[in-house]
Amino acid sequence: MNKIWNPEIECMDRAEIIKLQNERLRNVVKYEYDRVPLYRERMDKKGVKPEDIRTIEDLKYLPFTEKTDLRDTFPYGLFAADKKDIVRIQGSSGTTGKPIVSGYTQNDIDIWTEMMARTLTAGNADQDSIIQVCYGYGLFTGGLGAHQGSSKIGAMTIPMSSGNTARQLMMMEEMGTTHLCCTPSYALYLGESIREMGIDRSRLNLKCGFLGAEPWTEEMRAEIESLLGIDALDIYGLTEISGPGVSFECLEKNGMHVNEDHVIPEIIDPATEMPLPYGQKGELVFTTITKTGMPMLRYRTHDICILHDEKCACGRTIVRMERLMGRTDDMLVIRGVNVFPSQIESVLVGVRGVAPHYMLIVDRKKATDSLEIQVEVTDDMFSDSIGGLDLIKKEIAEKIKSVVGIKAEITLVAPHTIPRSEGKAKRIIDKRNL
Amino acid sequence: MYRVKQLSVFLENRKGSLAAATQLLGASGLNLLALSIAETDNFGIARLIVSDTQDGVSRLRASGYTVRTTDVLVACVPDRPNGLTEILRILEKEDISVEYLYSFVRNSGFNALIIFRVSDTERAMQILKNNGIEMLTQAQVDTL
Repeated sequence: MNKIWNPEIECMDRAEIIKLQNERLRNVVKYEYDRVPLYRERMDKKGVKPEDIRTIEDLKYLPFTEKTDLRDTFPYGLFAADKKDIVRIQGSSGTTGKPIVSGYTQNDIDIWTEMMARTLTAGNADQDSIIQVCYGYGLFTGGLGAHQGSSKIGAMTIPMSSGNTARQLMMMEEMGTTHLCCTPSYALYLGESIREMGIDRSRLNLKCGFLGAEPWTEEMRAEIESLLGIDALDIYGLTEISGPGVSFECLEKNGMHVNEDHVIPEIIDPATEMPLPYGQKGELVFTTITKTGMPMLRYRTHDICILHDEKCACGRTIVRMERLMGRTDDMLVIRGVNVFPSQIESVLVGVRGVAPHYMLIVDRKKATDSLEIQVEVTDDMFSDSIGGLDLIKKEIAEKIKSVVGIKAEITLVAPHTIPRSEGKAKRIIDKRNL
Repeated sequence: MYRVKQLSVFLENRKGSLAAATQLLGASGLNLLALSIAETDNFGIARLIVSDTQDGVSRLRASGYTVRTTDVLVACVPDRPNGLTEILRILEKEDISVEYLYSFVRNSGFNALIIFRVSDTERAMQILKNNGIEMLTQAQVDTL
């Protein structure tokens, strides 16, 4: 049986949804044009006036927004609301060490909360549920996003945040947790820990997991479901748009329903930047149509996927997006953290004696992503002592941790062993097969 | 005057990497007089005394190796029980620490040749000399 939080919207007639989107799109375009210099300049440059945008068919005339725009205008450049109306800041790691932040008005928090309420309800969570949130709380949207939605539906919320697996499992067992919010790799890790620690699964009350913040596969789903005895649902979100809950799977597990009354998804051909019809593979682009703090026009996610507009067996009519199929850029998602090779490069060139030749090797061992960075040893950094080389390794690892936000294993390799290439260097080996 | 040049080469910890380096030196007619390896999980440092240090450095570098030279002391240690201990005690008393040591492939007479890398080469040289410990000069090493 499929529960639906807001059937009026989630099962709305397609023509009605589009009508709603048209109206909201007109409002947000005018709002951005009036309030955000960057959007006004870009629209003026393209010769587009707010009144030219009548329907979602006109989206293609609007300029795009890139992650770099958020970085370049950091911190307040893209805020549309007055600072006094902003009640929350969330953020994620940026491309050069500066975080990317988004400002939320109370209206935006309410919208985000509504989206997460729909998400959790789609996994049959309600006020009788006990929801354990193991996403990190903080600037990262995972923890607070899931928390707000869980509170909204009246569930008993356990704000565990990330880490400390033994304690997570103890709470899960003793409290009788029914729903879990975490990354898919952590769900897998929890499942393996349960088996290794010999916890009797019949003592657990788990029913469903809302897993997101990193790419995963159908194979992983099968494994998580069998290890934990749950329905493992995929959820999608990004700080720039709001956070987790932008789209969510229902128990049909047939794609993620996009909260279309708040965001308009588009698929474009990343090369020509022209819109593609439903069913075709391309880059996912979002326009927020109800946010007031920092709305986004045509935000390029660089995620590759396919959209479908057929009605789902659950009854929802809102557009579904398939599982992500990759990226159009070289961004990696490692343990839920967005990592750009350019960030790593900026750290390496800042360490004395380190050459700008490196290789990133990403792997998934025991359900946890690992990042290895191979660095060539130059005459400048070579000191004849093992301790000296270990110090350099440590220095690099610490800087990577502080700039990128994740732990990396540093491997020193002989000079000229990392392949050089004429064009764009191949710097990433991703062994995860996602 | 007793400073002897040692060659240190960075090697990855994988099959054949030491052989590749020694083969390169051999092909250049350079003789290995002493050799030791310090290793970690994924890399090692080969420390070598060769018959012509400068030539060794330039040939390794030309082949893309990371190389540096370090000053070490070569002491003649009596080949009997506690022969080495006496030298270590002398250094310890003067608060000089030994970073690493290894021995020559050859020996001379009844003495073992031990290579010392210490925290203060200049002072260690004086102290060992004052204590009557025989050391080899670069010229002596080169003609071994």
